Amino acid sequence: MSARAIRRRVKSATMTGVVAGLAVLAVLPLLLIFGDLVHKGASSIDWNFFVKSPVPAGETGGGVANAIVGTLIIVGLGCLVGMPIGVGTGLFLAEFGHGRLGWFVRFIADVLNGTPSIVVGIFAWTWLVKPVGHFSALAGGAALAILMIPMLARTTEEMVRLVPNSLREAALALGYPRWRTSLTIVARTAMGGIVTGGLVAVARIAGETAPLLFTALGNLNFSTAIREPMQSLSLQIFTYATGPFEEWHRLAWAAALVLMALVLSLALAARWATRQRFGTKSSIR
Amino acid sequence: MTAAPPQVHAEGQEAAPAAAAVLHTSRNFGDPAYRALLTLVALVLPFLLLAIGGQLFVGAWPALHKFGINFVTTNTWDPVAEVYGAAPMIFGTIVSSILALLIAVPLALGTAIYLTEFAPKWLRQPVGFLVELLAAVPSVVYGLWGIFVLIPMLRSAAVPPLRATLGWTPFFQGVFYGPSMLAGGVILAIMIVPYIAAVSREVLAAVPATQREAALGLGATRWEAVWSAVLPYGRAGIIGAIMLGFGRALGETMAVTMVIGNRHDIGASVFGPAYTMAAAIANEFSEATTPMYLSALVAVGLILFLITITINALARLLVWRVAKGAAVGSKAL
Repeated sequence: MSARAIRRRVKSATMTGVVAGLAVLAVLPLLLIFGDLVHKGASSIDWNFFVKSPVPAGETGGGVANAIVGTLIIVGLGCLVGMPIGVGTGLFLAEFGHGRLGWFVRFIADVLNGTPSIVVGIFAWTWLVKPVGHFSALAGGAALAILMIPMLARTTEEMVRLVPNSLREAALALGYPRWRTSLTIVARTAMGGIVTGGLVAVARIAGETAPLLFTALGNLNFSTAIREPMQSLSLQIFTYATGPFEEWHRLAWAAALVLMALVLSLALAARWATRQRFGTKSSIR
Repeated sequence: MTAAPPQVHAEGQEAAPAAAAVLHTSRNFGDPAYRALLTLVALVLPFLLLAIGGQLFVGAWPALHKFGINFVTTNTWDPVAEVYGAAPMIFGTIVSSILALLIAVPLALGTAIYLTEFAPKWLRQPVGFLVELLAAVPSVVYGLWGIFVLIPMLRSAAVPPLRATLGWTPFFQGVFYGPSMLAGGVILAIMIVPYIAAVSREVLAAVPATQREAALGLGATRWEAVWSAVLPYGRAGIIGAIMLGFGRALGETMAVTMVIGNRHDIGASVFGPAYTMAAAIANEFSEATTPMYLSALVAVGLILFLITITINALARLLVWRVAKGAAVGSKAL
């Protein structure tokens, strides 16, 4: 083998090592973050943490019950509005999205997907907070819904497109009108995938903070009134992490661990659902 | 029906339209209704984009009208005197995002290349999933980690060597405050790696196998095949992926707000505190009391919105050119 050929092979092997090393470096922060969350958060988690609301600043103890319930309510409100619109848009893109309007909507969905969530927060504020005169969980839910729609639209479209055309044709040949085929055959077959997309979207909005800063605002007391300010886990972490008290920092780590566990279990559930459904994905495609 | 000689033919010709007519009139009115309903739902998205842009513009108008071009070119941000110049935030936003790209692009592209071209099959899925999980970590958790882990880490491990080797340049001088441009850039880099990696991965996967095979068939080593045949083919898409990451970095709010120091100042050194547009909105919006203060912050939001929309639109077009119409990146959590 000539020296040149050896040099080329060595270079190829070296570069393989380099890109592998870069991949390891890219994953490293995730492992560090998980490690720190467990290390610094786990010891503060006990029963009181889940059932008590915060105590006045400076005192020890207290929990984040208000924030956990708030997160569930605000995310629930977001889903209530965002899910039907998102899934509907996805169905439109998959079933009727071949023309110019489809291209346009798809493009806007992708562009909106990259819009900073804080900008969506300003929009929700001018639309739902400013006219009413006070902050509300409702406005927070609306902001999350807006963030959710484009994500859901695109994943729903992808999942509906995976449904084999022969299924659709079989239903049409039996005399089903298109709308019934679409809803009872196509959408139903893709349901697992749509649920996956929903879980991923919920995982993403559950951790959002920026759009809630001046919509839901946060609330140190336990509250379930959707027309009033409400706390969320993410807002509470922000307040505690940037506050001056050691006790707050301790609670911030614990709350972050809980939020991360929530997001992670949603993501894993989504992954599990995908595998159940599309274990043989390549053969369908 | 006429009794023409080729009766079968005639019957067939007439029966079909008749049947179609029946379907259209009596049974099938559901189809147009279904289509109209879905179209109406789908129009919510364009409407939202217009509404967001319109609302922001209306809200920003008083400030833009009063300060004009000075709004983006001057440095004074004084709510008491009601003078607003957003140049430091615009500077901080762009510099922190470029800093993030400098760190994130090699990591993300290396990951994407490794996973699509070199990694053993059993390793691809799990490592890919771990990278995508990075995108699932909430921004505020990155911020928390940034304050209590990353900044101390930078202070002890990164700043001294940087100062020793590059301290003669203006970019690495002065006191390291902790919350700084450097901390913001690093945390942003960690956050955008999964986006760039996921999109580049899909772009690389969309490169036809024949590209690789042709290069390998000509005697190229595996790296040469990647470098000279695969990457050039996917170049537009990879540039798109990097721009998507840039767009994310520009608009990222919480983590940056928590570690960048939040000072209205343009400084050359990355060790000093800085500010970004998103951070300013996050910090000051609920405290803004006067209408002009609010309007100035909304104007900052409008500028951010316009910049990110432009970058995202260009990036999408580039990515679509390679991976046709695929919802690239939507799978990144």
